[in-house]
Amino acid sequence: MTQTNVMDLDKRRKKDAGAADTDITRNPGTPLNADWIDAVRVNLSAAERRITTLSGRRTVKKDWQAAWLLKAISLMDLTTLAGDDTDGRVRRLCAKALRPVRPDLLKDLGADNLNLTVGAVCVYHAFVKTAVEALRGSPVEIAAVSTGFPAGHAPFETRLKEIEASVADGATEIDIVVSRRHVLTANWRALYDEVKAFREACGPAHLKAILATGELGSISKVGKASMVAMMAGADFIKTSTGMESINATLPVSLVMMRAIRDYHDATGFKVGFKPAGGISNAKTALQYLVLVKEELGDEWLSPKLFRFGASRLLGDIERQLEHHATGRYSAANRHPMG
Amino acid sequence: MSNVAEIFETMEYGPAPEDASYVRDWLKAKSAGFEHFINGGFTRGGADQPMIESHNPATGDKLAAFPAAGEAEVNAAVDAAKAAFPKWSKLSGHQRAKYLYALARLIQKNSRFLAILETLDNGKPVRETRDIDIPLVARHFYHHAGWAQLQETEFSDYEPLGPVGQIIPWNFPLLMLAWKIAPAIAMGNTVVLKPAEYTSLTALYFAELCKEAQLPPGVVNIITGAGETGSLIVNHPDIAKIAFTGSTDVGRIIRRQTAGSGKKLSLELGGKSPFIIFEDADLDGAVEGLVDAIWFNQGQVCCAGSRLLVEESVADKVTEKIKRRLEAFRIGDPLDKAVDMGAIVDPVQRDRIQELVKQGEKEGGEVWCPDLKMPEIGCFYPPTLISGVSPSNVVAREEIFGPVLTSMSFRTLKEAIDLANNSRYGLAATIWSENVNRALEAAAMVKAGVVWINTTNGFDAACGFGGYRESGFGREGGREGVYEYVKLKKEWGEVETPPPAVEVTGAPSVVEIDQTPKQFIGGKQKRPDWARTMPVAAHDGSYAGRVSLGNRKDIRDAVEAAFKAESWGATTGHARAQILYFIAENFSKRADEFTKRLMQLTGATRGKARAEVDATVSRLFAYGAWADKYDGLAHSPPQRNVVLAMNEPIGIIGVVCPDASPLLSFVSMWAPAVAMGNRVVVVPSERHALLATDFYQVLETSDVPAGVVNIVTGERAPLVKTLAEHDQVEAIWHHGAPEESQFVEAASADNLKRVWTNQGRARDWKSPHAGEGREFLRHASEVKNIWLPYGD
Repeated sequence: MTQTNVMDLDKRRKKDAGAADTDITRNPGTPLNADWIDAVRVNLSAAERRITTLSGRRTVKKDWQAAWLLKAISLMDLTTLAGDDTDGRVRRLCAKALRPVRPDLLKDLGADNLNLTVGAVCVYHAFVKTAVEALRGSPVEIAAVSTGFPAGHAPFETRLKEIEASVADGATEIDIVVSRRHVLTANWRALYDEVKAFREACGPAHLKAILATGELGSISKVGKASMVAMMAGADFIKTSTGMESINATLPVSLVMMRAIRDYHDATGFKVGFKPAGGISNAKTALQYLVLVKEELGDEWLSPKLFRFGASRLLGDIERQLEHHATGRYSAANRHPMG
Repeated sequence: MSNVAEIFETMEYGPAPEDASYVRDWLKAKSAGFEHFINGGFTRGGADQPMIESHNPATGDKLAAFPAAGEAEVNAAVDAAKAAFPKWSKLSGHQRAKYLYALARLIQKNSRFLAILETLDNGKPVRETRDIDIPLVARHFYHHAGWAQLQETEFSDYEPLGPVGQIIPWNFPLLMLAWKIAPAIAMGNTVVLKPAEYTSLTALYFAELCKEAQLPPGVVNIITGAGETGSLIVNHPDIAKIAFTGSTDVGRIIRRQTAGSGKKLSLELGGKSPFIIFEDADLDGAVEGLVDAIWFNQGQVCCAGSRLLVEESVADKVTEKIKRRLEAFRIGDPLDKAVDMGAIVDPVQRDRIQELVKQGEKEGGEVWCPDLKMPEIGCFYPPTLISGVSPSNVVAREEIFGPVLTSMSFRTLKEAIDLANNSRYGLAATIWSENVNRALEAAAMVKAGVVWINTTNGFDAACGFGGYRESGFGREGGREGVYEYVKLKKEWGEVETPPPAVEVTGAPSVVEIDQTPKQFIGGKQKRPDWARTMPVAAHDGSYAGRVSLGNRKDIRDAVEAAFKAESWGATTGHARAQILYFIAENFSKRADEFTKRLMQLTGATRGKARAEVDATVSRLFAYGAWADKYDGLAHSPPQRNVVLAMNEPIGIIGVVCPDASPLLSFVSMWAPAVAMGNRVVVVPSERHALLATDFYQVLETSDVPAGVVNIVTGERAPLVKTLAEHDQVEAIWHHGAPEESQFVEAASADNLKRVWTNQGRARDWKSPHAGEGREFLRHASEVKNIWLPYGD
């Protein structure tokens, strides 16, 4: 990576950072601490019970629901990760990222001054440059999936080079996949070294560590892997690639959020969370936001610390917002596609 | 800035009220006052009844008024239940199942209405009534529709009791109604139920559903009123059983009032349940469990995990987590779908909570409440944590029945269990640990009828619920709960007239070496406390021997010895079986001697006496056989967990033996108790005491650990009195005259012993049906339901 690129990114970040976000110090990581890994205790049934009861304990209605759904949009990594992606497709996605909701609807909701955009677009490396072009001057971040996404079995050196290439092309966030084999064999040192190397390769770009929780075999492993990824310097921990057979779930998210809270208690550093895969409707998105608010607090309800990885979610939210504005149920074709 | 834009920045929760208008319309239509539901119809009853008002605790508004049933109304309800019983009990199980199924369906179809009505009346959040109370109500009727269907095959030895009186509390109004009515009518009983005076509305709506289901008139009768009405039901002579859920104090009163009446009784009373967090627990999960334990239903839960015991190494961390969690609490309008806690049922209750918290603070507790926005009107109390309490602090001992958690720390598993069991109660316990070995050991050691491991407040119709100790007796739910509503067919004969006392006329023979039987206490022969003996007559009045004349101090010593033999309860069933077989072996060697003794004392022929000896050997073998075969159950609630219903020994059982079949009955009375791991203090038949004192020589040679079987001879009445009143004795089996049965039942109320009396009736000891088997083993055990969710 060239010096110029790094400086460009830094400038861009400073420009975009709002006043509220300035107090978030980037997680530098810590030495690998085996005690913290050993201390992780997760009871799956208890986690599931929390999730089941929470959906009954908290709900938002009317204006609150509309506002929360707009918030969900601002926290979205609008994603396309398909074999048939093209520059044209990515440009269309970027246009949607900049104008996610019909302006007349925003006006009806009294939200036209929010300058609403999604949090980021998330693409394969090949389309980073396209996205940079399309989003220039906007606060929308550009995330690239990397490191042999989605399985992570590419040679280590190749994976490092992939990160560097995406950062060089202008990606401000790198969604890396960890080697599941390190988690499955409880080789925490290997996992730590891998993520740490990726983080170094990222330089100023933020690293989101995808744990592929659906492939880790146990909920306790999710908690332990989360802790190791944060110690290795992850800026975000993320549930899934969206390609596993089980992707983001609320109980797994709860476990990861609690790991983030424990890490914050222990180090003072705030790590972000990104559930991804399968979050396709407004109701589920609201459940996630409630969980974030309850477990991590309001501060995490910011694109600096929380993102949805989603491709279909926006469409459902748009329909719900129109229903809120008009009182009639909406149709998909009334909203511009991304 | 628009509302939406502003909320976008603050990300606050807004109001989310449940629409209650249609429920209020129903209440409005009843504004003239509710009526009792008697014999299938609604009736106001006499004009002299005082009216009781029901208020919405969240606002103080009057919701409704209903009459307090007096004698005439109670009599009418019991008469209706009595008249309906013969036909209802003779319906096939399938026919009754159809009615229960219809009720379950009707509850489901009206579930939201019922949830809202319950919330209006009780003040608990609609989230709880909607997601917990009402679904469990429907589930209870479905499940017991199943037991009705299976009654003829699964309970073929049992029959229904008759009209049952049921008195329920205000904390889970409709759920407690379901727990009471479903098993009762499933088994063919008929019901007179009185809901609590604070919360009668859902019961009255349920009465409408009974009508809609075309339940035959008189099968379910619901009458409203306060304590006096309850007392009239309890004392009504035609009531065959009382089932009560409520305070321990009222439970004691009911125990005394029903003493000697022959009414079957089940009591589900108070608790001070421990919530134990080990250092290896999922601490966040455990804290969330606490929320469901003590801040569920505003803490107005008999099994609330109100005593937090946390391992010292994580105590600070847990306190921190609790406080953080409580800071995020929302308390307010219970009809709001997004509150954690609603209103306390009544200002009287709130004042009591406040009083106890103040006293707890005075006694050294550190009181903490989160800084929450409290509603401006209504009856609310904030979630409260009192830390640093000692076991002597009033808040660590008394049931507060409010959203107040007390906490103390422990260092070892043993200390945790000692603290947990240091209570008069024994309803429930919660244990959090990721180490299944530790959790199951703690579950086995804790004195509680329900144990939740890594979960809390799990309830299901398929699982038994009920307490140890002063938390009451009997179980609700599951197969064990069904037994509370049936009785063994032909268990008892007619009331016996005691044979006239026999005057000792002869004198000891000087030719034989003098024999002086003693008490058998703690595995040793002990002289009686006051060094007195009494003569025992042979059947013809001639001198048969002398036995020790025991007194209250001998009972005291025997109970003390039994207390020390606690480890007997932890021996394996196999080991207990070995000892029972060994007793049989050693006893059979002395068959001739016992035959002679029986002939001497009872005047039986040699053949009859020998037959009783042989039957006694067989009975010992039977309990040797049962010792490792009276298995528990693994229940199947509709969640991913196993619920183990374990049969545990009760503890120390006082056994008072009859005169009939004196050898066989003596062994039949203590052997099942010992087989199940209890220790016994036996008061043998006064006139046949020599059989018992002969028998202790068999015990001495049979490896029976000291203190497991203790025998105190003497004049019956003072010994029975001391046993029945002894607080360390946890159960008493009594065979004697009706007046003595009544005395025993009344005296047992103080520590709420499990009492099994014959009410003077005869039992056929020779019959394997009435004199042996599961019914005895059931009385010898407590069912402990251990909930163990799984998954990783």
